[in-house]
Amino acid sequence: MTATSSPVTTATSAAPRTKAAAANPLRRLASEMTRSASGFVGLCLVLAILLISLVGPLIMGTDVPGDPARAWEPPSGEHWLGLEGSGKDTLHLVVIGGRPVLMVGFLAATITTVIAVSIGSLAGYFGGRFDALMLQLTDIVMTVPQIVLLAVVGAFYQLDSPTLLAVIIGVLSWPVLMRSIRAQVLSLKEREFVEAAQLLDVGWVRIVFGEIVPNMASYILINFIIAVTNAIYAMVGLYLLGLAPQRGTNWGIMINDAWTKGAMFNPDAMPYIIAPVTMIVLLQLGLILLTRTLEEILNPRLRDR
Amino acid sequence: MPESASGAAPLIELDGASQVFHVKGKDLPAVSDVSLSVGEGEVLCLVGESGSGKTTTARLAAGLAAPSSGAVRFEGRDLAEMSRAERREYRRAVQYIHQDPYASLNPIRSVRSTLSIPLRRHGLARSGAEVEERVDDLLRTVDLTPPESYREKFPHQLSGGQRQRVSVARGLTLSPRLLIADESTSMLDVSIRVSLLNMLTRLRTEEGVGFIYITHDLALAKYFAWEGRTAVMYLGKIVEVGPTPQVINHPQHPYTRALLDAVPEPDPELARQKKAGGGLLSADIPSLSDLPSGCTFHPRCPLAEDRCSQTVPLLSRAPAAPEQEVACMVVTDPRPAAPAGAAGAGGASP
Repeated sequence: MTATSSPVTTATSAAPRTKAAAANPLRRLASEMTRSASGFVGLCLVLAILLISLVGPLIMGTDVPGDPARAWEPPSGEHWLGLEGSGKDTLHLVVIGGRPVLMVGFLAATITTVIAVSIGSLAGYFGGRFDALMLQLTDIVMTVPQIVLLAVVGAFYQLDSPTLLAVIIGVLSWPVLMRSIRAQVLSLKEREFVEAAQLLDVGWVRIVFGEIVPNMASYILINFIIAVTNAIYAMVGLYLLGLAPQRGTNWGIMINDAWTKGAMFNPDAMPYIIAPVTMIVLLQLGLILLTRTLEEILNPRLRDR
Repeated sequence: MPESASGAAPLIELDGASQVFHVKGKDLPAVSDVSLSVGEGEVLCLVGESGSGKTTTARLAAGLAAPSSGAVRFEGRDLAEMSRAERREYRRAVQYIHQDPYASLNPIRSVRSTLSIPLRRHGLARSGAEVEERVDDLLRTVDLTPPESYREKFPHQLSGGQRQRVSVARGLTLSPRLLIADESTSMLDVSIRVSLLNMLTRLRTEEGVGFIYITHDLALAKYFAWEGRTAVMYLGKIVEVGPTPQVINHPQHPYTRALLDAVPEPDPELARQKKAGGGLLSADIPSLSDLPSGCTFHPRCPLAEDRCSQTVPLLSRAPAAPEQEVACMVVTDPRPAAPAGAAGAGGASP
């Protein structure tokens, strides 16, 4: 009976730990989050930027008073990042300029990921005519040049709604992820646990979204974050190129504004250019670092190290 | 066959089922013209070398593959013509336990979630407490005790044997009426293997669950299917079938004899007397894509005669053992006209 008793003893010694972890999911999450140092730094960066951009405007107000007489004033105790070309506080603009960027980034990435994962996994799982049709569709969508389409749309409609911008970016950028999801499903669906689920007759919705897709969770989440970064670049790029109307305030508009006002050649205007660029860089860096932690949390094999 | 169902349609029946795979433009007849049936509370053991078509036969019976020709019937109804509701009933009644527990458990699911999904889906347990209770019962059934130390585990935290038992427990979630086990105990420790086999035997005798048990280990066939039947497969065909005690104690087909001869002999004195390869002329299994003519076993057969390379033998009653069916002309239809001389010449020529 040694064979039966040995797994029992090892299992009981491990039991209290799992029980304690299950008892306090918050503590467990906290310990998961701090496992990877760089991932934790990323999480802090992202949370800090989210906090500044979402709570900051509520405290400081969205209206920035400007005094053109004090244009390009260098940083001082009163205005930490100085004033911009029309005498507005640069720090205040940076704080209120984050919300549309974040919103477009996350909304577009959500749209992209949802479309890519659902179409990709269904096409991979069912194959056949649906698969062929969807591959045709990706070919068509991939040939649409995003920037040109946005320029055309911008010419006909008011593109000042970040939501519309997010929808356009999201709807145009799913094919690449869809193809890699489809390729992974093609291999995952041949695994025996999928067959086991088919044997238990749990239904295709459950098999595709309950058995197959969660196996790609870390991959999907990492691609979601990459999609956020891409959407942010696309959006900032549009504003920088002046393809979207320069209304409101966001980091893209700030860079464009600095460019058009010739701030590049004005040493006093440096904070006005560097501040939004820094915010974008920090946000992207934070997101990429965050993917590491997420990968460890979502992959049960890495979780127990 | 003491409890062979008379009159009523058997639980599962393969009727001349064949499965041909097309690989690189070649036809590979993995299973050809296999007929077998298993009734309630019966056990059928499929034995044979690797590549003999055991697993493919089992997959046909489990509905995981459709036969290229022939039919698979569940309680007399053809799987290919089943309605949705019938199919659902069949799916619940027949479960297949995979060979490799490293591949057959979803790495992202804990033991509890693996076992509770089918229970919930089929409404076998409704409330959370009921599900918990059933999961614990199943874990106890497969000797994963105490259940609370296994419920939250993920497959990668379990050993091969523990995974195998989780996989068996999953096969039992729907209380199937026929279990098809594909080498499902090959990864277990001997003591656990016996307790699991005893548990499966209990299911068979007490609840009338039918079994198709695949193994390459004749000792297991002997242990588990002593009251049932054993079918020996070679290159996709059944070469001998009959009640297990007869097949093992009085093998008729030369291939069955060779398999039994290949069982290691613990006594070194006796072991030395044994011929290597169990008296076979060759240890190489012919390729499925290029099968020998006539009886596919004739190039390796110590009894081969000239006619063996010309005519395909069919399963028929062996004169010396009326309960067994054998696909060998030399055994079932010995030629008085051409006695030992012809057999000796046929065997020595290659």
